[in-house]
Order: sequence, then C-alpha cells, then structure tokens
Amino acid sequence: MMVDSPHDAKEVPAPLQAEPADCLIAARRVAVDFGEQSVLRDITIETPRGQTLAIIGESGCGKTVLLKTLIGLIMPTAGRVEFDGMPLDRMDERELTKLRTRFGFVFQQAALFDSMTVADNVAFPLREHRRIERAEAYEIVVQRLAEVGLPASVMIKKPAELSGGMRKRVGLARALVMEPELLLYDEPTTGLDPIMSAVINELIIGTREQHQVTSIMVTHDMRSALRVADRIIMLHPTARLDEGESQILFDGTPSEVQASTDKRVAQFVRGEAGERLSEIGGR
Amino acid sequence: MASQDITTSPPAASDNDRWRAINDQIADLGEVVVQTIEEIGDITIFAWRTITWLLVRWPSRDVLFSSLHQIGVRSLPVVALTGTFIGMVLAVQAYYQFRNFGMETRLGAMINLSMFRELGPVLAATMLSGRVGSAIAAELGTMRVTEQIDALTSMGANPIRYLVTPRFLACLFMIPSLTIMAIFMGVVGGAFYCIYVFDVDPYFYFNNAQQAAGAWDLFYGVFKSIFFGAAIAIISCYRGFHCAPGAEGVGRASTVAFVQSFVVILVLDLGLSIVLDRVYFFIWPGG
Repeated sequence: MMVDSPHDAKEVPAPLQAEPADCLIAARRVAVDFGEQSVLRDITIETPRGQTLAIIGESGCGKTVLLKTLIGLIMPTAGRVEFDGMPLDRMDERELTKLRTRFGFVFQQAALFDSMTVADNVAFPLREHRRIERAEAYEIVVQRLAEVGLPASVMIKKPAELSGGMRKRVGLARALVMEPELLLYDEPTTGLDPIMSAVINELIIGTREQHQVTSIMVTHDMRSALRVADRIIMLHPTARLDEGESQILFDGTPSEVQASTDKRVAQFVRGEAGERLSEIGGR
Repeated sequence: MASQDITTSPPAASDNDRWRAINDQIADLGEVVVQTIEEIGDITIFAWRTITWLLVRWPSRDVLFSSLHQIGVRSLPVVALTGTFIGMVLAVQAYYQFRNFGMETRLGAMINLSMFRELGPVLAATMLSGRVGSAIAAELGTMRVTEQIDALTSMGANPIRYLVTPRFLACLFMIPSLTIMAIFMGVVGGAFYCIYVFDVDPYFYFNNAQQAAGAWDLFYGVFKSIFFGAAIAIISCYRGFHCAPGAEGVGRASTVAFVQSFVVILVLDLGLSIVLDRVYFFIWPGG
C-alpha cells in the first residue's frame, strides 16, 4: 500500500465501530508515533457533512500529520479513521485509491507537478480517473480556474512561473476538479500577504457554498480560522501534555474560542508569547 | 610516575571498559547488518510492487514515451562517446603487449570480445546510472520533499504506477540499445586506432576479430545489460521515494543511488557471467 505507515493500525475496541450518521469523516482514538516520538495521542474527532472545521495549534503539534492521517497518507499507530462509515484500515490499495477521488487536498506549498503545465496539473485527476480526452479535460480546467479567479492564460504556464498565491489557487482548482465531498486544506494562507490571505479565505467560503463540501483546514492563522470555520479544534504538542491529558485543548465555535478561559488557548488566540519566552532565554 | 598511574587504576575496571567497548562494536555491527537486511527487504518489496503494477496497468503512452526519450535517446551521445574512447584505450593499453609476441593482428579479437562481453554492458550501465539513475533519485526525491508524491496519492494515483513503472520500463527497454551502441562505438574506436595509428593490417585484424567474437558474445552482453537496467531503475526510484527532507537529503539520495547501482551492477555482472558461462558449456559442451 502506498502510504507512509509508521506501524500497522491496531484493532479498535468494539464501541468504536462506525456509526452510519451524517458524520462524513471521523478519527476515533487515533494515535500516530514516529519511532519513539508520539505525535498524535488518542484523538477523536467527528466531522458532520457540510461543516468547515479548522484545526489550530502551534507548529509541531501534529496538525498536518492529523490531516494526512485522515486521508490515509499516514496510517495511525492506533485507532481508526472512518470515511462515510468505512474504516480506512480495512481497505486494500485499490479501494483506498477509489475512495481518494472523493477527497480534495490543498497542500501547504500547493505540491503542483513541476514537469507539467498548470492545465495538465489541474486536468491530472480527470485524465487519471475519468480517462477523458485532453481537450475535454481542458474545458473543465478553464471553468475551475475561473472559479478560483485565474484567467485561462495561466494554463500554459509551469508552476515555477507562478506566484505563491496563484500556486495556491491552482492547487485549489486541482482539488476541486473531481468535485470532492471533502476538501482538506493544509495551511492555506501560510506565506501569503494579508490581501492574498483574505482572497484565499473568501475562496474557501465560496467553494463551500457553491459545492456544498465538507472542509477541514489546518492553520495557525487565527484570522483565517475565525473567518472561515464553523468549528475550531485546538491541538497541543504531546510533549507538553500532562499524563492523561487530552491533546485536544479546545473544541467549539469561533466565538467560543475567543472567549476561552484556558490559558493556553487564550494565549494562542491572542498571539501572546507568555511563558514560552523563557524557553529562548527571554523575560 | 607512569608506572604508578597504571598500577593505581584497578585492572578489573579496565577489563570491563574493554569488554564494553567490544560489546558496543559488536552491537554497532549488528545494527548495520540488520539495517542492510531491512533495506534489501524493502527494495525487494518495492521491486515486487513495481512488477505487479506492470501486470495490472501499463503507464500511459505519453508518460512512457517521455521516459524512453529522456532515459534512452538522451543518453546515446554520452554512451557512444565513452564507448569510442574505451575502444581506443583498450587498443593503446594492449598494443605493446601484443606486439612483443608478434600478435598485433589479434588485437581486434581482444578488443571486440572485451567490448561485447564486458565493457559494453558495464560501460552503458555505468553511464546510465550516472546520468539517469542519479537524476531519477534527485527528481523523485524533490517530489517527495515538496509533497508531490503525497499529492499523487491524495488524488488516487498510485505513485509507483505513475512514477516508477515508466522509468523501470524505459531503463529495461533502452539499455540493450545503449549497450549495442557502446559495443559498436568501442569496436569502431579500437579498429580506428589499431589500423590508422598502429598500422595493423585491417584484413587480419577484422578476420581474427570476426572469428573470436560472435552472436553468443553479443547476446551475453545484451542479456546482462537488461538486469543492470532493471537494478538501476529500482534502486534509483527507491532512493528517491525514501529521500530525507531538505536539499541535503536530495543530494544524498542521488549519490547513494549511483553508488549502490554501481556496486549492484558489478555484483550482478559476476553472477550473470558465471551463470551464462555455465549455460554456454551446457549447450555446447565441447565449446
């Protein structure tokens, strides 16, 4: 199976079996270890259809690992991920490949294929799965590029010729081209100027409204999380957790996160260094 | 004073230190052995998955042709050039030895036989692993580091089928042509130097060469090259797929791909030469 599997997934106890509710994707008691380093610990998250969930937390807390675990790019050391009630660890490579056509993933640096033009990048999933002619695929590509505010003239360009914001938008167009049920965004606004960040936020909202997709976004940009999300989850690095403490520090709405009394959550939301300054020999 | 120092340290403690050092050495060696075995196992599984994907679905014509062009056609000039020089170097190295015995006209037999059986395939494989193998490892390594391989997987495209199988097929299909080119240019280079520089009689040169090296020798070289091509593709793709993060990781993947491919080429060369000689004597016992 083409996954980065730190360990084989363990059997999950009976109470954790799939529930055919309107929950589209669920992580149930998921743990991920890389060697002796524990990155995720006992994470349980259920995302209902149509919801936009933002996963926030400081760098290194395992946000991206969680996102990749949700689509089976990383297999959990323990626990289980279920998509539409189907456990990913019970699927063979072919089933998993088929299932992934229902996901769209927008990578942090867009992860466009350097060797292809923008048109071929966006058309790639169509050509791969629907086996349609290039000309027909390009017609759909033009539509998708227009949705993310890019002109058809960028189709002939290579990714290296694009700006960071354009690359992210091409990445979004590629993720949208198969009309997925679930869109996953890995740090969609990182490295962009405030205006382009706002453009990307509006695109995410527009995409949700136009395509009725469920979205999970990993970010440490609080403005973006508050603007886009219906629900926010905050993770904390396992190394700084107390024994038996949940890695999910917060789970609630954007207004609740702003009113949170938890010191660590409030510190993150307000962007305050607090006692972390002492780690670098500050005050 | 020195003798006092020696006597003050208890002999039991020094023995313990020595044993601990020996134990550490053995443990380190054991770790290297275990890692090597694990890596061989991983590469074998990787090769098996590549072959099973080939049985399930071939790469698209566009992707395959692009790999054939990149790996085969663009390697031809450098293989031809190095083949020519190797043929000429063989002539230069052997001429004076052969002349001492009055056997200059036998140079063609020696050069052609060496090129057909050994130097042609090994030279083509070495050039392929240097030019193509490292490039494959660096390209796939960069794709790993920049999450392009994850992107492929996330879009439901198997990276082994999409990235490895076309490169594997291209290496497999193109290395026989490259080997034949290396052999041909080596033969031409050797003949040119012997005839035009050392004034060897062309009639006897080619007559002896024709008698010494034949169709079996050509098959011998080309057959070996197919295994070399497969090894280069698998090792290089594996190294790219398992590239460590950062520029250093990509550079290392590229270097390790070349070094490992070269070592495997030589090991395979020895093994296949022994097998093919046995096959020859089995088919033609009197030969």
